[in-house]
Amino acid sequence: MGGRETDVVLLDENGIRSDGRKVNETRKVTIKAGVLKNASGSAYIEFGGNKILAGVFGPRDVHPKHMSNPDTGILRVRYHMEPFSVGERKKPAPSRREIEISKVIKEALEPAVMLEKFPRTAVDVYLEILQADGGTRCAALDAASVALADAGIPMRDLVCACASGKAADTLILDVNNEEDQAGQADMPIGYMPNLGKITLLQLDGVLTADEYKKCIELGLEGCKQVYEIQKNALREKYFSSGDKD
Amino acid sequence: MSESQFVLPGDVIVTGDYRPEQNVILDGDRLMSTAVGFSEIEDNSVTVTPLTGLYTPKTDDLVIGKIVSHNALSWEVDINSYYPGILTAFDIFGKDYSASRDDLSLKLNTCDIILARIANVGSRDPLLTIIGENLGKIDSGELVKISPAKIPRLLGKHRSMIQSIEASTNATITVGQNGFIILKCDDSAGLQKAITSIKMIGMTHDDANIEEKVQNILDENN
Repeated sequence: MGGRETDVVLLDENGIRSDGRKVNETRKVTIKAGVLKNASGSAYIEFGGNKILAGVFGPRDVHPKHMSNPDTGILRVRYHMEPFSVGERKKPAPSRREIEISKVIKEALEPAVMLEKFPRTAVDVYLEILQADGGTRCAALDAASVALADAGIPMRDLVCACASGKAADTLILDVNNEEDQAGQADMPIGYMPNLGKITLLQLDGVLTADEYKKCIELGLEGCKQVYEIQKNALREKYFSSGDKD
Repeated sequence: MSESQFVLPGDVIVTGDYRPEQNVILDGDRLMSTAVGFSEIEDNSVTVTPLTGLYTPKTDDLVIGKIVSHNALSWEVDINSYYPGILTAFDIFGKDYSASRDDLSLKLNTCDIILARIANVGSRDPLLTIIGENLGKIDSGELVKISPAKIPRLLGKHRSMIQSIEASTNATITVGQNGFIILKCDDSAGLQKAITSIKMIGMTHDDANIEEKVQNILDENN
């Protein structure tokens, strides 16, 4: 982070970004719940150029046994990028970055999932990044949340996520790959919209105190937009006529 | 009783002085759903009937299970739940069971299907019993799995739905509360119709006109 040199015009004189979006516009998001037959719950998300598959198993027996907790269930998350998900082949073994993102997503989901109802069990979340285009951790978190709800695991709220950031000295919503590489800041936010609680907040880059506040507000707006799409995905699966309430 | 609403985790069902019941939590004075399902408000209490998820064991429920393994004292049974069901050796061999004399695998082996009752649900794995009428090993029949949340819909009011399927197909249907169903029928066409109807109920999330849809399947080629 920190404004690497690039030929791409991140923001033109009309306030339009490199991919044609306005500063406060997210990329196109589509989510489909229940795409895998063998998983307890699943979801597929397309977040701009990101394509991510989420599968959830459990609550189930913990192996190895020593990991189990007699007072509560445990959540295990594996974020994994396919070798073909990026331009140059990525080695399939878990990298430092993948291990970190797995941990970050796990900690972002834990406040929502009611694991205390299932002592001695584990809930496993597998996130496969089929295609990456910047902002995969947010998109993966969105998919994981829908997959957990699809698996019928009790949750206090859905977790929605969206990044905000700064590029060409302007605060922007939903940072894409170019903006992430050449921009000045990237702030992924995970949010429980009904409880009004932030479960993930990271910042890579430099912002002033004022920009920081505005960036959070902008990110939360994005989260709320994604939340509506998550709700529609679940409605689509479980109540296809859509609007009983 | 209020009209049921389709709810998702985190949705606020109602605000005020209500009692949170199944799949509902209280946040201040807001009652929020914790599952995908239908909410109902009855006598000041709010419940959500889930549309997805595994079976939550309840004492006295009739369940169909598959033997997964056994040790010296008990069998472990898959009952489509978060925890395996435990069937103790004393349940079959009686009080004078001896681990050195009796061999558990002679009575029930891995992959055998049993009809059992949940004897106890405590802090440990749910305890099963096969002491009772018609309980025990199931030797023949077709096993169908549906979501446990769909079992009340399959049974219908006063078992009306399951009785109408049984009457039209001459099948004997044993329904486990855990979503496992065993069908027995001499007529293969009738068996197929019964399986199709049950799977259709299991797959359908919108309950409107479900009786009509089942009747259409049962009436085919009649």
